[in-house]
Amino acid sequence: MSTLALLLGAGLAVLCVLWVASPFVREPDAADDTLAAPEERRLALLEERDRVLAALKQLEFDHRTGTVSDDDYRATVGALRRQAADAIRALDALDAPPAETRRQEAVNVR
Amino acid sequence: MPELGRSALVVALGLAVYATFAGALAARRRKRRLAVSAQNALLAAFAATAVAAAVLVAALVRRDLSFVYVAQHISRELPLRYAITAFWGGQEGSLLLWLLVLTGLGAAAVAFGRRAGPDVIAWTVPVLGGVATFFALLVVAIESPFATQAAPPEGAGMTPSLQNPYMIAHPPMLYLGYVGLAIPWAFAMGALLARRADERWIVATRRWTLLAWAFLGVGQLLGAKWAYEEVGWGGYYAWDPVENAALMPWLAATAYLHSVMIQEKRGMLRVWNVVLVTLAFGLSLFGTFLTRSGVVNSIHAFAQGPIGVWFVGFIALVVAFSLYLLFTRLPLLRSRTRLESLVSREATFLYNNLLLVAFCLTILWGVLFPILSEAVRGETRTIGPGYYSFFLKSFGLPLLLLMGIGPLIAWRRASVKALGRTFLWPLAAAVAAGVVLLALGAGSSPLGLSAYTFCAFVLGSIALEFARGTRARRALGASSWRGAFAQLVAHNRRRYGGYVVHAAVVLLVIGVVGSSLFQTVREQSLRPGETMTAGDYTLVYRKLERRQAANAEQERAVLGVSRGGRDLGTIRSGKNLYPVEQQASNEVAIRSDPLTGEDLFVIADQIDTDGTVYFKVFVKPLVNLVWVAGLVFVLGALVAMWPDPREARRLATRAARPPAHARA
Repeated sequence: MSTLALLLGAGLAVLCVLWVASPFVREPDAADDTLAAPEERRLALLEERDRVLAALKQLEFDHRTGTVSDDDYRATVGALRRQAADAIRALDALDAPPAETRRQEAVNVR
Repeated sequence: MPELGRSALVVALGLAVYATFAGALAARRRKRRLAVSAQNALLAAFAATAVAAAVLVAALVRRDLSFVYVAQHISRELPLRYAITAFWGGQEGSLLLWLLVLTGLGAAAVAFGRRAGPDVIAWTVPVLGGVATFFALLVVAIESPFATQAAPPEGAGMTPSLQNPYMIAHPPMLYLGYVGLAIPWAFAMGALLARRADERWIVATRRWTLLAWAFLGVGQLLGAKWAYEEVGWGGYYAWDPVENAALMPWLAATAYLHSVMIQEKRGMLRVWNVVLVTLAFGLSLFGTFLTRSGVVNSIHAFAQGPIGVWFVGFIALVVAFSLYLLFTRLPLLRSRTRLESLVSREATFLYNNLLLVAFCLTILWGVLFPILSEAVRGETRTIGPGYYSFFLKSFGLPLLLLMGIGPLIAWRRASVKALGRTFLWPLAAAVAAGVVLLALGAGSSPLGLSAYTFCAFVLGSIALEFARGTRARRALGASSWRGAFAQLVAHNRRRYGGYVVHAAVVLLVIGVVGSSLFQTVREQSLRPGETMTAGDYTLVYRKLERRQAANAEQERAVLGVSRGGRDLGTIRSGKNLYPVEQQASNEVAIRSDPLTGEDLFVIADQIDTDGTVYFKVFVKPLVNLVWVAGLVFVLGALVAMWPDPREARRLATRAARPPAHARA
């Protein structure tokens, strides 16, 4: 029984090692072995955009239910809309192709 | 096959060590394949631990007394279901369960946590690997469940009070809660190690945190139900250190679940949230230490026991590591937004946080003080329920009130005019409830009356939120009221699931207050044929019965019960004597009234040879609401955890890769 148990234990160890080594076995010569990471500025803007849009949605709903009075709504909505517009503008600027690329695209279209 | 169990644990230890070091190397050098390999090691560690767990369960099922662990915790006569529960009944087995749940939850959270991003995940794996290494080391080198001996003819058996159906579910639920809190902590540390202050770690761990918190909550309620029915002292929570051990991380996690919403909505409290996840995980480790080290019963057990020092060292390491990361990453975590008004939703969340953490820390001090007192001054001190009750009242009542106030106040700011309008109906409900209760005689306990008035305020506030939200959805085009209600919940599951959980807390408070502040207690010695009264109930002690069960001798006093002249049948209260374990247990009689939620609770405290029995009788109004609260809590947690496809789509666009020129 103890020999069988030890053999089973060894088998388990071999299977685990194979599983752990599988990324290297499957891609022995990986062209790209670098961990991807999101761009910090873009991520921060996306989070800011989502946060402000969610806050606007919440404000509209709370105003509709009566939790937010008309005065409080007016005092808050403008600033939130400006923040949302700023975040979206900043994102657009980040995602917009550089001037040289835009010029090249225009030439190609012509 | 103890050799297989031992080998599997050694393999699990090796894999955990690999996940720690290879994972850290991969994250530091940004090596993708090595990071995936470390993730695989975490999953493989789970598989190896599962093999070890299967070996132990098989030994318990076969009653293989050559395993020291099996011989110490079960007997041959023990019913199968309890033999299996012995897996977590002893120290070695429960540590193995910790490792099993940790590697399982960790591997799943990493596999399904892509929203955290590869950079954060890469650092989370070694953190989880480090925790797994500690527990694997404990079960391999310090407290192995696979030690063997020449099989004795009979095992030591199981403590009688553990031979209860609630013990099948209560400990695993608590462990899922304790261990589950490792997930948000590991992701938070992963984010700090990756020098990322964004919300990806929060988004990726949101459901895992809710799951751990829900398990911890349900586990505690199951433990309370077990104490109520099995321990037989007339209550369900005694502020015992081991009970407090589960309550403290639950309170810290509750605070975190609220404060994390401020980070998501306003981008604030980043440092505080890391502190809270660390506190919750640190307290879950401390809870395991308290439960397992024997430190609570005797300080000397701590000094002599093999596990206590290891746990203290590991807890210190976790706290030091978390604080180091927190302080070195402080500039990253600074908020750019500020609290706009002290009268706002986020401000009420902040007050709620302060109260929850203050309550948690006062409980911690109550648990630590006797340990420190004995360790430092050699004096045995105990902190009684009075200490905890004082702080429960001091922090609990304002917390209850805040549960009603929070939903009525808007985010960012609220004017007096808006507050007046939104508070009107809940306040009216509270005043009406107070007047009615006063008329019914609830003024006998001013504290109870205040708590019930606050409960009415909270329920009024929750009902108002649902009613106004449904009306607004209907106005927005929902075809029916039912459809409007469904849309309301579906569009903001966390908010409305949270309200259901708040309703559960209110039910819990109603049950606790009713069964403690308004209970009736009578004690009397009766001979067969004699009568006693308790509240509206009349009890006639008819006879004493004796019976031999599979693993115990049973003695039961048979009592006839009537109320207002109406016969309510018979109940049996007595004791079980367990010959193998050489122990006795109280087997209480409980008669529940499903309409009023009241219990008649009878303890046969002392049974004399001449058949005289000393009875303790409790009439506990509304106590069954405590258990109903558990069901409502589960419902609320499920609503809050249920996946939201709209949110998933929004997060997917956030995680999408930017255009090629933006990446260049």
